[in-house]
Order: sequence, then structure tokens, then C-alpha cells
Amino acid sequence: MSVPHISAFYFGAIALVLIGLYAILVKKNILKMLIGLSIMETGVNLLLVSIGYISGRSAPILSEGIGPNQAVDPIPQALVLTAIVIGVATTAMALSAVIVLYKRYGTLNIEEIRRLRG
Amino acid sequence: MLKRGLAIITLLIIGYWLAQGLAGVPFGQDKMLVGQYYLDHVKEQTGSVNAVTAVVVNYRGFDTLGEVTVLFIASTGVGALLWERKKRRTAKTEGSIVLTTGTRLLVPFVILFGAYIFIHGHLTPGGGFPGGATIATAFLLLYMAFTMYEIPHKAFEKTEGLVGMGYVIVGLIGLAIGGYFLFDWIWQTWGWGHDNIGRLFSGGFIPIIYTIIGLKVGTELSGIIDNMLKEEVSE
Repeated sequence: MSVPHISAFYFGAIALVLIGLYAILVKKNILKMLIGLSIMETGVNLLLVSIGYISGRSAPILSEGIGPNQAVDPIPQALVLTAIVIGVATTAMALSAVIVLYKRYGTLNIEEIRRLRG
Repeated sequence: MLKRGLAIITLLIIGYWLAQGLAGVPFGQDKMLVGQYYLDHVKEQTGSVNAVTAVVVNYRGFDTLGEVTVLFIASTGVGALLWERKKRRTAKTEGSIVLTTGTRLLVPFVILFGAYIFIHGHLTPGGGFPGGATIATAFLLLYMAFTMYEIPHKAFEKTEGLVGMGYVIVGLIGLAIGGYFLFDWIWQTWGWGHDNIGRLFSGGFIPIIYTIIGLKVGTELSGIIDNMLKEEVSE
């Protein structure tokens, strides 16, 4: 088992994913789990953007002095733009589901909700 | 304690696996395959200087239509989940004088800034989604400052429906003129803006599409805020 050599930027993204996953696995409060999910999403977006990065090049806006060979890859950025919007939409959905759960059970603890259901 | 230990072991395994996979992907090196084509041809094919915008609206406009649909379904879902027969805002404390005065002052400028972001989407970073989200924050400010404020629902619903249809209509006009859905007829057929790339009136139908997306995202996110802040009242 050798230690893989990865860039610090990927390491940050992986760390965010793992922190979010830890919250999802361990926490019992639904809100905290949702926050974990959001952190995980941020990590994945960061990873995608950093894969498209090319050192020494600038943002893909072809204005003065920036030709097609001085810009980074535009595709990961466009895809992450999509992913962020979908993430916001699904988070809003999940939060409203949490509101409904809280109204019905009076608690956010996932184990109690499970037990009350029988 | 056992659960926590198991979780940490799982995380370590997953982390090692991810790192192993990413070890073969060098950071900061040129690995563009499709992106280089887009960068080389973006100016003459779309008239946009912002390649990200061109990818979102021109090359992958159909995906963006699907994305707007997902956003619409999510906002409808929020409305359905939080549906009650009688709903009203039940906020009890009025915002402080700093918040109310600041809101009165800032709201027009926040909306103006949102509009600026989506109109200049083909020139600067930004576009329909961030612009729409900025507009929604203006309404969030109003909701926070004034206890009884509500968005004009009828106008918002009509706007949302109209701009949703507008996107499809722009796409269908492209289908009629150029032969495929979301064909950029303003740029390709009419040739508007060929001489002034980089100015406001270039970029083909990108400003039109982004205005549509901006209005749709703004109204939908404002609707989500409205749904989340209302509570059931028993009378």
C-alpha cells in the first residue's frame, strides 16, 4: 500500500467530500446531515473546477490579450455552473421535506423519527 | 463510539480510494480535448467572448433548458410539500430601523445589479443563474425587513410561465430557420453584431436567453423563499 502523490488542491476537495460524508454517516440531526451533503457537493464542485485548471492561464473570457491558447478549459466550469443550480434546487426540496417532518414529529432526530413510525 | 470509529475507517478507505484515482490526474496541466475546439471557434460561431456562457447557452442550450426545468420542478415540489389550506406570514418582529432603511435604499440597486449580471452574460463572468439568484436576494431582503411583505404572486406566476414559454419559442424559431432546436438565428442568419464582438449588442441570442433564464430563476427562487417563510394559520 503506497501513499499516492496528489496535488494539494485535490487534497482539499477530497477533504471536503470526506467531512461531508462524515456528517452524513455520524450525525443524527437531519439538518446537520443536510449541511454535510452541501459540504460534500462543494467538494465535488471544487474537484471538477480544479481538474479543468491549467497553470498560468486565465479565465475563459477571450478579451484583450487572452487568445484561445491562454484560457483554461471552459467545459468543467459550465458543468459546475449547472451542478450548483441543481444543488440549490435539491437543497431547497430537502429543506422543505425537513420542515414537513418537523411539523409531523416535533423532532429532527432521525432515530426518533424512525422509532415513532414503528 | 463504535459507530464513529466505523465511520472514520470507512472514510479513510474512501479517501484513499479517491486519492489513488486522482493521483493519475495531474493538476494544472493541459488536458483539453473538446474545450480547445470551443475556445478556438467561440468568437466566430457565437459572437460571445465568454466561452463558459457560449458552452452553457449555445453549445449546450438544450441541457440548460433541462436545468431550468429541474429548477421549476424543484420549486413546484417545495410548493407541494409545504402546501396548506390557509397560509400566512406569521413573523412577529419588524426589522430594525437599520434593516428597513437599508432595504428601502438597496432593493432597486440589487435588482439592477442582477439585471446587469444577466444582460452582460456574454461579456463578463455571470449569466442568467447568478443574476436571477441576485434578484431573489432582493426579495429575501424585503421579506426579512417587513413582517407583512409578500411578493406579487399573480405577476410572478405569469412572468414565470411566459419566460418559460419564451425559451422554447426562441428554440423553435431556430428550428424553423436553421433546422435544429435552439439554432442561434440572430447570429447565424441575421448576422447582428458581427462587427462589434465584445460590445453589448453582440453575442447573438445569448442576452435574450440569459434574460429569460434570469427572470425565470429570479421568480422561482423568490417563490421558494415565499413558500418557506409562510406558516399555517388556524382560524
